[in-house]
Amino acid sequence: MAESYRRSRWTNGLFVVPYLSVFVTLLVFPLAWGIWLSLNKVDLFGGERFIGLKNYARVLSDPVFGQAVKNTVIFVGVSVPTLVVLGLFLALALNKTTKGSSFLRGLFFASSILSVTIVTLIWRIVFIPSDGLIALIFEFFGWQPIGFLSTKGWALFSVGVATVWWCIGLPMMLFLAALQQIPKDLYEAAALDNASRWRVLTRITLPSIKSTIMLVAVIQVVMQFQLFGQAQLMTNGGPAGSSRPIVMYIYEVGFLRWDIGMGAAASQVLFLIILCAAMLQYWISTRKEEVDA
Amino acid sequence: MKALNYSPEHLTSNRRLFWIAAVLGVIMMTPVAWIIGLSLKDNAELLRGTEAVFSMPYTLVNYANILKSSSVFSWFMNSMIVAIGQTVGVLLLSSLAGYAFARLEFPFRKTLFIIVLFGLAVPEQAVIIARHQMFNWFDLHNTHIGLILPNLSSAFGVFLMTQFFRAIPKEIDEAAMLDNASTFRIFWKVLLPLTLPAQATLGIFTFLQAWNDYWWPLISATKSDMYTLTIGIASSQTNFAQSEGLGFLGAQAVFASLPVVIVYIFFQRHIVTAVSGGAVK
Repeated sequence: MAESYRRSRWTNGLFVVPYLSVFVTLLVFPLAWGIWLSLNKVDLFGGERFIGLKNYARVLSDPVFGQAVKNTVIFVGVSVPTLVVLGLFLALALNKTTKGSSFLRGLFFASSILSVTIVTLIWRIVFIPSDGLIALIFEFFGWQPIGFLSTKGWALFSVGVATVWWCIGLPMMLFLAALQQIPKDLYEAAALDNASRWRVLTRITLPSIKSTIMLVAVIQVVMQFQLFGQAQLMTNGGPAGSSRPIVMYIYEVGFLRWDIGMGAAASQVLFLIILCAAMLQYWISTRKEEVDA
Repeated sequence: MKALNYSPEHLTSNRRLFWIAAVLGVIMMTPVAWIIGLSLKDNAELLRGTEAVFSMPYTLVNYANILKSSSVFSWFMNSMIVAIGQTVGVLLLSSLAGYAFARLEFPFRKTLFIIVLFGLAVPEQAVIIARHQMFNWFDLHNTHIGLILPNLSSAFGVFLMTQFFRAIPKEIDEAAMLDNASTFRIFWKVLLPLTLPAQATLGIFTFLQAWNDYWWPLISATKSDMYTLTIGIASSQTNFAQSEGLGFLGAQAVFASLPVVIVYIFFQRHIVTAVSGGAVK
């Protein structure tokens, strides 16, 4: 009788129907419809006219988009390595069962549960040029105060500080989970050989969690390419567009200027960039392992 | 001669690293302490200089003002309705689908599961413009349903529940089968109770995500009385100069994070399982 339970029946598929219908109407269809919209000139009050790839040409030739791509790539290029290295450091430092370590783990993860509104509110208040926490510290040391959020060159950096502060918990937790899974006998052998801590780190620990390092990097690249709320709320993309990321460009074109076709095209370009970045990282990681073997 | 130390903990980390991490932890918490300090100060006093944070007197007047302002309270209720609605919806859909994907056989099971997994790779930006238009057709903007629906399509829950259902020993539903129970009965009476810890994990994770959601509420809820707390506070943040003062802003930040902080303190382990369980096998 247990056999008949395992038998394939189409009625068993009824269990997935509720989810699949939501999945199709709210994800698959909008994805396809978004691609269709990107190929049309869309009138705000309904009505589309097919114009082929013209929206894409408009997006790619828009200097504002070019700058947004540049900003985003710089942001990803700096924030992702910072998150990976800092996350790895914290995981190594806090990989203990003591009360102090577990308290600090909880503390470093705590910021990740806050909403982007709260995170940016905190950092905007901290960065206020005359009265903020940073300004007070600068004053204490007798340094000139800097308008971090309103100065070109500092704006994107400040957004990055808030982002690393917000996102550091997940890389740390993923690295901790990976460290737990390294076989203990590897370390016993190292102890017998009287290997130095540095040798243990570079010869045992890091090679054992290589795939997790790659995984964390890919997750962070995909997440940080979608930078939006922090930039919008802290600097509104300014000054002079120096901190406007791609998603904010999509938001401005699609929902403030209501140029729906062009916004849809920009969002497909972002989707493609994210896919390529993730695939490139995956490709590099698998290739390296082959060379090693 | 030094005794050999076999413990991996000893070889991977040491006290010096721990203390560096502790210092980083203090630096990390400083902005939070700063905001809490501001929230406990009178706004007029802060206008003369924020150094006032470091000295008495402290007051709860900012928190009292929040409770008096009706909009913050109604934003709070909107956030609650949306977050609870999404949590219930995701748990229901994911449990049903996860059970079938993990325990039952039906045509195209594998193909469908792979298609669902592809859904994990689609970023919100790729669908948000089309979704916004669709919700326009059905007049769903500025409604609770309109705020709840989009995230129900997230594939993460199905993925997680499938893993949890797979982890239950096969003998359990086979035993129930001998009693001639229907597949739905086995799901509802036998297996679902066993997944309660998993339900808690996915539920808390979904609740936090819904509570903190920014993009969709920003474009869907355009009327101030339909704002969620996230959007409402963002709207009062855009103009610092005209706000009621730093103390009030700080109190808003603390008030809006209270629910998630409480959830975090009590269910930390579940949250960590949800975020790392999905990624590390």
